[in-house]
Amino acid sequence: MQKIIESLAIGKSFGETRALKDISFSVNESEIFGFIGPDGAGKTTLFRIITTLLLPDEGEMRVMGNDVVKGFKELRKNIGYMPGRFSLYQDLSVEENLNFYATVFGTTVKENYDLISDIYSHIEPFKKRLAGRLSGGMKQKLALSCALIHKPGLLVLDEPTTGVDAVSRSEFWEMLKKLKQHNITIIVSTPYMDEAMRCDRVALIQNAKILTIDSPVKIKEGFTRKLFRIKAGSKYKLISVLRQFPRVVTVYPFGDSVHTTFIDDIPDNSLNEFLVKAGIDDAVIEESEAGIEDRFLELMETDKTPPL
Amino acid sequence: MTGDTVISVKDLVKKFGNFTANDNLNFEVFEGEIFGFLGANGAGKTTAIRILSGLSRPTSGRATVAGFDAGTQPEKIKKNIGYMCQKFSLYEDLTVRENIMLYGGIYGMKLPALKERIHQLLNKLRFEEYENRIISDLPLGLRQKLAFAIAVLHEPRIVFLDEPTGGVDPITRRQFWEMIYETASMNITVFVTTHYMDEAEYCDRVSIMSEGKIVALDTPAELKRQYNAESVEEVFVKIARPPNPPKSGLKPEPDTTGMI
Repeated sequence: MQKIIESLAIGKSFGETRALKDISFSVNESEIFGFIGPDGAGKTTLFRIITTLLLPDEGEMRVMGNDVVKGFKELRKNIGYMPGRFSLYQDLSVEENLNFYATVFGTTVKENYDLISDIYSHIEPFKKRLAGRLSGGMKQKLALSCALIHKPGLLVLDEPTTGVDAVSRSEFWEMLKKLKQHNITIIVSTPYMDEAMRCDRVALIQNAKILTIDSPVKIKEGFTRKLFRIKAGSKYKLISVLRQFPRVVTVYPFGDSVHTTFIDDIPDNSLNEFLVKAGIDDAVIEESEAGIEDRFLELMETDKTPPL
Repeated sequence: MTGDTVISVKDLVKKFGNFTANDNLNFEVFEGEIFGFLGANGAGKTTAIRILSGLSRPTSGRATVAGFDAGTQPEKIKKNIGYMCQKFSLYEDLTVRENIMLYGGIYGMKLPALKERIHQLLNKLRFEEYENRIISDLPLGLRQKLAFAIAVLHEPRIVFLDEPTGGVDPITRRQFWEMIYETASMNITVFVTTHYMDEAEYCDRVSIMSEGKIVALDTPAELKRQYNAESVEEVFVKIARPPNPPKSGLKPEPDTTGMI
């Protein structure tokens, strides 16, 4: 299968700050590839290198066969980029924004309407409205339409769902899935672990480095210990008591429960007794499957890099 | 949750011209509770929070916050609440110490008490080494924790948090929730708004708004049971948005940049 992106040991610094260290990965054709990591991990810097807007200090990268440094002119014609900040002209209408992007790339809305019709049809009834007056979900749909209007081979989406409600986010991921059928490769970044499951493969990124790359399911399966979910009325008390239990390894609050691991993977019968003695008599303990966030936490614990 | 009622909302209506942003809201929030306030973009959350924090008046109905009426005593409300949002909380070109001093001063804390609190706070967050660093030099995770500590510096009855853990790494995020649990255990009510349903899972109770109305309010576990869902996200997707694109979705939410 053809590689759409091949990145080899890419590094980038801003003054003293290392923004990217030794970033190597490849992206296959028609893949949805996610970069998952917190703010400041280096996601945007990487995306700016991929889109030829920043030069790397170290390493090499080829995107659709073109070198990101020498081949930037060719490359830019074939990339659709939706930056994290709103990329539309607020004082142009919906329709004007779309026409503008089409013209800049030497095409017309009519020519590639097929590709965007699913997405654009949601906002077409408001085509005379100024982009600045659209709701978050609609701005996002318009920005995606604009990034697609020249039928790029690679779509680069930097945190497209940040600040958008859960319903719109869900719709957005459905649209991305459909784009795969048009042979468009998509790379997307997000700080939200739950969105990782929507990607074909993901890279977990933290402190300028890639911690792991794999399918979301494989990443979950990489969790090395047995995980127990513990619930009790007072989560605050439960957390502090669990930390005092001699056999405990990790204790993390996780929604309505506390995810805990133990030495030798067994909480052993003394745990219940221990909790009751400490005044927690309503604890429910059950073994549970690890999620991608559990694995991310585990990788962060073993990553010896000090925080930036 | 058997504590006293700290927020009481009764038949609350807020209109902007012909547009009804809050359509007859009724709910209560209790002392020491972690309350999640959810809704789609444009559902009316921001409007309601502005009323609850004394920045806007109800058109009709009544909201009482920390014992004060949102219609007639907004200044008293402001003294008894804290607020933190992800986008803006700290002055980036001031040091850690200066930020704490500034907010302490704004909330009218006396200098000896404030100095004592600064000492406690820096010690607790293990922040001593950052005391004289400017905020823009700090990693995001530390900033978020400091912003939260400052939002409860004056020991308010209620603290409002807007997407408190958005964008932070998973470890910092958990430290943050532990701070929230600790705060709630000190009988401070924590009122959380968020688009991220996994944050909602940490709350004691959550409400979901749609088109200006509260369409669900219960514990996350009970909501999941009622809607036969695996997660709060699934509940939200089922009920937060009517099948047709709502008119309210087109209305920009009121500007919140002046909100502290």
